[in-house]
Amino acid sequence: MSKLSMRRMKENQSGIISAVKADGEMGRRIRDMGLVPGTHIKIQGRAPLYDPVALRVMGFTLTLRNNEADLIVVEVE
Amino acid sequence: METTIALAGNPNSGKTTLFNELTGARQHVGNYPGVTVEKKQGTYVSNGYKMTIVDLPGTYSLTAYSLEEVVARDFLVKEEPGVVINIVDASNLERNLYLSLQFMEMGIPICIALNMIDVAKNRGIEINEKKLSEFLRIPVVPTVARSGRGKTELMNAAEKMVKKNERPIPLDISYGGDVDQALVEMEAEISANSFLTDTYRARWVALKYLENDEQIRSLGQKTDPVLSSKLEEVVNRLSIHLQDTLDTYPEAMIADHRYGYIKSIIKQGIISFKQDRDRLFLSDKIDKVLTNRFLGPVIMIAVLMGLYHLTFAYSEVPVGWLESFFGWLGGMVEAFLPDGLIKSLVISGIIDGVGGVLGFVPLIMFMFFGISLLEDSGYLARVAFMLDRVFQIFGLHGSSVMAFIVSGGIAGGCAVPGVMASRTLKSPRERLATLLTVPFMNCGAKLPVFALLVAAFFAANEAKIMFIITLVAWGGALLVAKLLRITIIKGAATPFVMELPPYRLPTFKGLLIHTWERTWQYIKKAGTVILGISIVIWAMMTFPSLPESKTQIFEAERKAVMVGVSSTVVEELESADEEAELSERAEGLKDLLTAIDYREAESALKHSIAGRMGTALEPASRLAGFDWRTNIALVGGFAAKEVVVSTLGTAYSLGEVDPEENQSLSETLASNPGWSPLVALSLIIFTIFYAPCFVAVVCISKEAGSWKWGAFSMAFNTLLAFVLAMLVFQVGTALGILAG
Repeated sequence: MSKLSMRRMKENQSGIISAVKADGEMGRRIRDMGLVPGTHIKIQGRAPLYDPVALRVMGFTLTLRNNEADLIVVEVE
Repeated sequence: METTIALAGNPNSGKTTLFNELTGARQHVGNYPGVTVEKKQGTYVSNGYKMTIVDLPGTYSLTAYSLEEVVARDFLVKEEPGVVINIVDASNLERNLYLSLQFMEMGIPICIALNMIDVAKNRGIEINEKKLSEFLRIPVVPTVARSGRGKTELMNAAEKMVKKNERPIPLDISYGGDVDQALVEMEAEISANSFLTDTYRARWVALKYLENDEQIRSLGQKTDPVLSSKLEEVVNRLSIHLQDTLDTYPEAMIADHRYGYIKSIIKQGIISFKQDRDRLFLSDKIDKVLTNRFLGPVIMIAVLMGLYHLTFAYSEVPVGWLESFFGWLGGMVEAFLPDGLIKSLVISGIIDGVGGVLGFVPLIMFMFFGISLLEDSGYLARVAFMLDRVFQIFGLHGSSVMAFIVSGGIAGGCAVPGVMASRTLKSPRERLATLLTVPFMNCGAKLPVFALLVAAFFAANEAKIMFIITLVAWGGALLVAKLLRITIIKGAATPFVMELPPYRLPTFKGLLIHTWERTWQYIKKAGTVILGISIVIWAMMTFPSLPESKTQIFEAERKAVMVGVSSTVVEELESADEEAELSERAEGLKDLLTAIDYREAESALKHSIAGRMGTALEPASRLAGFDWRTNIALVGGFAAKEVVVSTLGTAYSLGEVDPEENQSLSETLASNPGWSPLVALSLIIFTIFYAPCFVAVVCISKEAGSWKWGAFSMAFNTLLAFVLAMLVFQVGTALGILAG
């Protein structure tokens, strides 16, 4: 078990969100989509130029830019 | 009795499909007052009970950050619909309930349509809707919007709620000890002072203060500044406390607890998964190919080329019909109206104007059909996903690509549908920057201008020059977008956070409705303005007309020519119709007379307002190498870029040159001492960048929601074009290159 930012996660790696370090509009958008502490996520893939990242959360697919993924800390298995 | 029912839900939850299923063709699209968000409204009749259905914009939440969310929230509060049908994607229950929860916090009467229940079942998700209904204490009706399943049951449940007319008991959940304590404290203050409570619940106002809601805070500041500051003080205290103890924010605590509440209820036997939730479904398998690092971009290029082909090649036929119809109409007027101003107004002002408006209709229809297809199937989100990295550098969004391509990113598009294609963008700043830069692309109307100049001066390197022109347009557009994003449209990037919805087969009905309503909006809103401006441009190029003393000179010349030949020749020419074979001498006379007509047209043009503008601008335009003739042509190009060619023809006494057949004009330019390859290059640069044609300007104003932006694009683009053309001309002259 170790914590790392979502940007550094590899394809198919999964984990549980432990913190979202964003406030204001960015924080709101991220949380609205269910990315809150305790949620299980899995990295599904990356765009051809390695940014944005696509992840699986609560059964749907969400994409985030890498600089947005930086704000999310995940406890990986 | 009549009532209003609002449809609300997440994007991609099938909300619009349900709306189309309920209202069919009985719908109407407008805008919410003062904003560019679409307002869709329709009627549904059941057992003689007529209901107005309003399709609210799709949102994930009810914050004040996005325009869509503010619009939805204001509608619910101000219009007080009898009931809100909340469409919930059954295959995505947790995230969808997040919005439901916020309606319940507001105390709004809702009824849940548990949509796409068939998709959920296929994915091994079983939902006990009775239990869900009991827990939430609201009706839950399973539906499949695509097939209409459950529609009647849903509307019966909604109707029952409207008839009972009971305000629901608002949902009060716990957001954790610290937040709850602050809420209680604030709620007491709010209730005691009746602060905003005539429109909102006291607890909800307190909640919005804790969530840093801009709209409610500024409303509060206006209503009661003292109390508002007091509430903000409570929020600040809580914020500091939460930062110190838990390293979090009040708004984060609230969101966490909402999701916590949802998880706690659905765990109580409401939902069961027969399969692993991270399992890859068909849609994900398709994505493995379509967003593959190598294959993805290749397929994307093919799809975008396909869209382009659909828009421009297939629309050629109906565009041709329209052109021949208006040509025929012009011919009829030509034959039946006496020569003079009225005739000129009807042909050049009205028929050309209406023809101009309707000429874009097939283009717009095909473009919206193609884009709706990509959007509804879910592919557009993948395009944005794949290209975002590139567009992000210039302060744009992955979705900007559609607007650029349609506008002429592949040479030969059109900025009018291109500007409208920017509707697929949900980020306001990125959208505005896209709107303002797509007119730099090389639309089909600019191509005849380039073709003329290339044929006259760069005939040997045609393909190479055309390719460079395309690169200059793209480079210029992206760099200007970046410039705008760090100056007048500055501000952080709108969060990208975007859902990749599962691929779905779009419904044909949905596509048709979508295409038609947007096309109709163009005709209705842009049409009248465009007709008006077209008449103004006609007037500018016609008035003031030549004084009689001048026309008499040309008349005298004609007489002199006719006197010089025998009367039989004159008679032959006058009695012959258009196609008749003429004798050599009659032909010679005809040419002489035509030459005089063309010279008269040239002096009339120079005498008109447009001509005077062109002449007055000459001292400045000389810096870029343009004389008054080019200036007039560029003024005319504001009507439509290809008019530059025909106006140049008139200005060089060649009559109105057909943009497709420019040989005589290109020879004239090539041999004219006032022209050189450098002047041509300078004019090419100017044509790429200067003011969009007025149809595009009207569309930019409509899409941006203000005439200010239309005016800005005219002034800014022309200035930019002039500076660039001047640089090219001056540097070229100084270095002595391309001097001819």
